[in-house]
Amino acid sequence: MLNTVFPNVEWGAFKDATIETLYMTGVSVLFTFILGLMLGLALFLTNRGNQWENKFFNMIIAAVVNVFRSVPFIILIILLIPFTTFLFSSMLGANGALPALIIGAAPFYARMVEIAFREVDKGVIEAAKSMGATNFQIIFKVLIPESLPALISGITVTAIALVGYTAMAGVVGAGGLGNLAYIWGYQRDQNDVTFVATVAILIIVFIIQFIGDLITKRIDKR
Amino acid sequence: MIKLESVKKLFQTKDGPVHAVDDVNIEIEKGEIFGIIGYSGAGKSTLIRMLNMLERPTSGTITVAGKNLSNLSERELRKERQRISMIFQHFNLLWSRTVRENISFPLEIAGVPKEERKRRVDELIQLVGLEGRGESYPAQLSGGQKQRVGIARALANNPEVLLCDEATSALDPKTTDSILNLLVEINKKLGLTIVLITHEMHVIRKICHRVAVMESGKVAEIGPVLEVFKTPKAAITKEFVKQVTEPEETIDTLNHLLEQNPSSHIVQLTFVGTKAEQPLITEVIKQFDVSVNILQGKMSQTQNGQYGTLFIQLDGREQSLKEAIRFLNEQQVQVEVISHA
Repeated sequence: MLNTVFPNVEWGAFKDATIETLYMTGVSVLFTFILGLMLGLALFLTNRGNQWENKFFNMIIAAVVNVFRSVPFIILIILLIPFTTFLFSSMLGANGALPALIIGAAPFYARMVEIAFREVDKGVIEAAKSMGATNFQIIFKVLIPESLPALISGITVTAIALVGYTAMAGVVGAGGLGNLAYIWGYQRDQNDVTFVATVAILIIVFIIQFIGDLITKRIDKR
Repeated sequence: MIKLESVKKLFQTKDGPVHAVDDVNIEIEKGEIFGIIGYSGAGKSTLIRMLNMLERPTSGTITVAGKNLSNLSERELRKERQRISMIFQHFNLLWSRTVRENISFPLEIAGVPKEERKRRVDELIQLVGLEGRGESYPAQLSGGQKQRVGIARALANNPEVLLCDEATSALDPKTTDSILNLLVEINKKLGLTIVLITHEMHVIRKICHRVAVMESGKVAEIGPVLEVFKTPKAAITKEFVKQVTEPEETIDTLNHLLEQNPSSHIVQLTFVGTKAEQPLITEVIKQFDVSVNILQGKMSQTQNGQYGTLFIQLDGREQSLKEAIRFLNEQQVQVEVISHA
């Protein structure tokens, strides 16, 4: 039945492509979360009136974040080719897409992290200080737990953007559903392949959004 | 217990420097409930925040429990802050934690072992009367209950000083009273020194032993609460005392009465301590040929005795009136004859 509606889709290749997309998204989301959290934390803490207030460092981090956030993703991949080949000795395949995905998304997420931290009630941070909390304790016991819903919904948005990025990376040889749609769908003029790849990506996006919303709702006790 | 010596705090603003706190000298005894009253902008908030170094003084020394706070290293200061806890106007609880977890928070900071924390939290929940609410989140509590959590949290590490930053200003009058009662109870039970700031004279009257009145960064008046109520000296103090002794509309009513009957006298009597219990009015009516019309009276209980005001209208012949007022004056009661206000 499926083969009559989508005559050109090779289901084995489709399955591999889906797994590649999931792999690229999963790994890049994980590293984006860690890197973005650290960058966002650094942005927040070095800002005026906060624990590690430092105009110079704040400016440097903000500049780095802004530059990488502004470079179009497709150009970032090309710019990072030397770095990627150094890491994985090839820029092809799913791993080849990871550096660009992470470096492209982490600064984006870092800004969201910074905003999330800024929304944390200043009074609560002050209360923690008045109890003699160290900066380390304030970060892990106040800042992160109190901004967790925003951090989760932020990583959900970023993860969805990353699914889009993986499709773009696919075009330059990273594999995945984007690659499938481009090589088999577009270049061979097989619209049914493009259609199936699109539907698969949409389903992945919906699932990510659903999980993100569910977790956010669960942990928000306000 | 707490000693402030020529403490100053200067804020640099775009419109030039602002003296938030200007040469303040206060000494607070151990076990005392000390109130600081002032309007917003008087510098009281800055002052209380300097008592745990959330705000550093520009000059002057602050000694709490024998330690000069300005000289402490970051590490020593953190240790010291566990002995000087604070409650806040907006409670500042962590919404992500349950009541139990919120109370446990300062214990975690102090590195208390888990078993010990659990035991202590149970004690504190009982102390502040929050039995059965341990697993609730702050969002599920009323304002009064939130402040109880705040108090329990502040007491967790057995502090010596409790700072209350407008702790009842966000609460309704009834809840305010119950929180104030809890503070008095804690003060008596634990011998805790309490410093509170407020803009409500009612709070000072109800629980403080001594009070400092602040105006534009300076202490305008300082003394035992009863003294300050009996004989307020500074203009600002008189304003605050009026907050609790005469409601706004009294003045209007008095003016109206004087207009109706210009020959009568309206007298405000202020009773302090045991004098409040004397049958003074009966004596006046028995001894002098005057009629007494009681207009308004109010009795208040302070931490060191009763305090009352009574407005009466005296009518009669000029001579009798004079004698009656002289008699009242002799009775060690504050007498103020009110003419047109």
